Amino acid sequence: MDRPIFRTKALSKVYDTGGAKVHALAGVDLELFAGELAVLLGPSGSGKSTLLNILGGLDHASAGKVWFKDIELTALRERGLTRYRRDHVGFVFQFYNLVPSLSARENVQLVTDVARDPMDPAEALGLVGLSNRLDHFPAEMSGGEQQRVAIARAIAKRPEVLLCDEPTGALDSKTGVQVLEALKDINERFGTTTIVITHNAAIRRMAHRIVRFQDGRIVSVETNETRLAPHDIDW
Amino acid sequence: MQALDIKLLRDFRRLWAQALAIALVLGCGVAIFLTSFGMYNALEDTRAAYYERNRFADVFSETRRAPAPLEAEIAAIPGVATVETRVVGSVILDIPGRTQTAVGRVISLPNGGMPQLNIPLLRAGRLPAPEATDEVAVNEPFARANGFVPGDSFHANLNGQKRQLTITGTMLSPEFIYTIGPGQMMPDNAAFGILWMPERAAAAAFDMTGAFNSVALSLTRDAQTAEVIDRLDDLLDPYGGFGAYGQETQLSNSFIDAEIMQLRTLAMVLPPVFFGISAFLVNMVLARIIALERSEIGLLKAVGYSDAEVCQHYLMLAGLVALSGIVLGFGAGSWLAHALARLYADFFDFPYLIFRVSYDAYAISAAIALGAAGLGALRSALAAARLSPAIAMQPPAPPRYSRGLFDRALGALRLSQPAMMVFRSILRWPVRAGLTTLGLALAVAVMVAATFTDDALDEILDVAFSQSNRQDTMLLFAEDRPVSVLEEVRRLPGVLVVEGHLYLAAELRHGPRSKQVAIEARPPESDLSRVIDGTGRVVAPPPGTILLADRLAAQLNVQPGDVIEVEFLTNRRETFQLPVAGLVTQYFGLGAYMDFDTVNTLFRQAPRVSTASLLIDEGHEDALHARLKEMPGLAGTIMLTESRRAFEDTIAENVVIMTTIYATIAILITVGVAYNGARVQLSERARELASLRILGFSRGEVSAILMGETLVLALAAQPLGWVLGWAIAWSMTEGFTSDLYAIPLVLKPATFAQASLVVLVACVVAVLVVRRRLDNLDLVAVMKTRE
Repeated sequence: MDRPIFRTKALSKVYDTGGAKVHALAGVDLELFAGELAVLLGPSGSGKSTLLNILGGLDHASAGKVWFKDIELTALRERGLTRYRRDHVGFVFQFYNLVPSLSARENVQLVTDVARDPMDPAEALGLVGLSNRLDHFPAEMSGGEQQRVAIARAIAKRPEVLLCDEPTGALDSKTGVQVLEALKDINERFGTTTIVITHNAAIRRMAHRIVRFQDGRIVSVETNETRLAPHDIDW
Repeated sequence: MQALDIKLLRDFRRLWAQALAIALVLGCGVAIFLTSFGMYNALEDTRAAYYERNRFADVFSETRRAPAPLEAEIAAIPGVATVETRVVGSVILDIPGRTQTAVGRVISLPNGGMPQLNIPLLRAGRLPAPEATDEVAVNEPFARANGFVPGDSFHANLNGQKRQLTITGTMLSPEFIYTIGPGQMMPDNAAFGILWMPERAAAAAFDMTGAFNSVALSLTRDAQTAEVIDRLDDLLDPYGGFGAYGQETQLSNSFIDAEIMQLRTLAMVLPPVFFGISAFLVNMVLARIIALERSEIGLLKAVGYSDAEVCQHYLMLAGLVALSGIVLGFGAGSWLAHALARLYADFFDFPYLIFRVSYDAYAISAAIALGAAGLGALRSALAAARLSPAIAMQPPAPPRYSRGLFDRALGALRLSQPAMMVFRSILRWPVRAGLTTLGLALAVAVMVAATFTDDALDEILDVAFSQSNRQDTMLLFAEDRPVSVLEEVRRLPGVLVVEGHLYLAAELRHGPRSKQVAIEARPPESDLSRVIDGTGRVVAPPPGTILLADRLAAQLNVQPGDVIEVEFLTNRRETFQLPVAGLVTQYFGLGAYMDFDTVNTLFRQAPRVSTASLLIDEGHEDALHARLKEMPGLAGTIMLTESRRAFEDTIAENVVIMTTIYATIAILITVGVAYNGARVQLSERARELASLRILGFSRGEVSAILMGETLVLALAAQPLGWVLGWAIAWSMTEGFTSDLYAIPLVLKPATFAQASLVVLVACVVAVLVVRRRLDNLDLVAVMKTRE
């Protein structure tokens, strides 16, 4: 687990919102390792999501550099970033972002259609315990189920990294636990580097490492000596 | 199937009502383009093929009586390839079982059989034998209309001698694709026929042995038509030439030209309107869909779909809408083209029908429809492609409203908050509001432009019959006759009033411009046939002057008071300078009028007449016609009452069809624009409107905001629509005007009112349909969903 999969150097991001400049990231140096499950903690506006977006190739940095293994992401153009997202990254969002007009299987297929070596969509849904909901539409599923479809969609391409932005943010504790179980299972089974943003400090206890953010900077990085299983976390 | 394609099809199914509303407008464009452009090509191609195969002549001329040897001199004119001389004449026909007289145009066939030019196509039977004196071939429509087959016979009054003629065959000729008899307003094949007769018999009947009175020429490729016409006129002048003319003035051909011009105008004017509106609607709807699917676009990009793939996805959605429009348009267009082809078959006599719309027209219309939808979609699709995934995942910033000049003006009006919401929204998206207004205005304009033809035709009928030509029947004499003939006519059964008029072929010249017309010389007391000026007053040409139809004056660039040169092509072919005393309102032909006594004085002749106009007692009609069939020296009869009835019937039928078609078109445009506009607003404002409901606004108040914007724009569209409708109507009258006829620009208040009523009602209905969705709005769900 000592091989870094992401490396950032003096990474910063400035948003220009008509006059006022907002420093979302102000010089972040961070290494994330293959196979680890890292939790990013911090208040709103501390820069977690911005970092995740840049790591995922969704956004551009204002200054500094980011490497994914040997690839310098900050040097890639739009086409290269699209390629990178298509081949290496899986995303899970707070609001699931499922396409309402597609069934669970078809939402997963959306990714497997363009991936290089994908799983069968049914297999991916099986991994998150939704084998019996393959042909249901988002509107016919609970929030937890929808989020698990989103996870299945993210892992179906066998990504090297899984980036999760508040994956349990919209869920109650019971369904939240199901989702975390699915994430942990994937991390352990495939060794997928998993980075989870959360407001819920309790979730840190299932991570290998916890990175704390404040005002666009990293204030601490700690390593969990003993990790808890999601169902043991006191929500 | 790829998941993205499944999404595409499901989105399309979900949007079916909006897609259909757009597809119907687009389909209209495709259908009208197919019909007008397709028929325009078909008509032109058919005519060109027919003219080429049957060697339609390039130049024509009629003359009083030219000696046969002149043919060699005509052939020697540089540029002339073939000369065909012949004998033509007009005869009164007595058709078994028909009470009224019919008119026949006799055309001689050379002794060898078929002529070299204007070659008729034998459709049934055989040509008359060269030696036969009682055999004719007739034009097929005449035979069909009268139930004739080869072997049947009828009587003709040939130069005062009533003879029985036997039909040996039926033919069609490129000279008579549009076969209209003297004084007819539209073809009446039962009353007018073409009789091809062997040369010897025709010459004997019209006293033309060793002579001809009609000549047709084909020219070499490099010939100068105008020069040939001048030379031909020079040769024929001493023999009473009536002035040579080219193909474009040939009667049948110029009617087809007019039709082709109308089709071309239609193809140019209407389809672009539909394609433009469709592009706007696609743009409006797609912009909204993309706004709604913002986070889905972000997701697609996050999982690795490229900008091009996202762009293509939305273009394909527009493509599906276009495809539906194309399918609808092909269906409707094929049907319309078929209906039009059938209509043409009634009026135009082609031996073969290439009235099939070519694959090109289908391909072009489909390409234009796809292009219009694509163009409408492009901006939104590109915006979707450009959307950065990180931004797409965030909710959009609220639309920026600002307090501009208009806004402050609105504030001064102290409007209610809902009214402010309506007006602010219009000001916030001025382009969209402007285009919506324009779309609805075009619907009004289409209605105005369609209904106006109805009023225009009423005006034409009123001027032509109620005011100008009030006689029941006109008799055309083979040769000008002394006025004493009117006494003879007055003694015919059932004749109540008789008036005589003299017609003189002449060339009018003013500066470099000239025009060949027939001048009508009228006694000042003429009351059956009258001349009406621009203000609707009955006028008589003052002695020593000439009155001109307004369109003729425009062609010659003449104002009342100007002096024009008049060269008479009859009698001694003298030329006079005559002042133009005034202009005459006339929608058929190009008339010129002079005082009867003035003409007789100028020609130093005893008064003569070429026609007699009759008012008759209907009870004696049968007896009158029985006598006319025997009357010598009569070249034809014009049944004005019949003409008028046929014209009115045809118009009544066409007006109903046209009004239905155009009202449907206007409704489709209105529904397309209003329904989609309201749907987009409902989608944009669902949260806002739901919030108002939660705050305690009633359903009625909330729907007033939703409907308000569309209805305000619809009202604003009315005056614009009237102006546009007036402009379209004006350009139609300009486009349709030819030497043959003109359409007056008559726009009555009722026309505007009707157009506005249809569009406003359609608009309200379309918006009410959307309002029903507002009633079913799940307030809690709307507030919970993320924008």
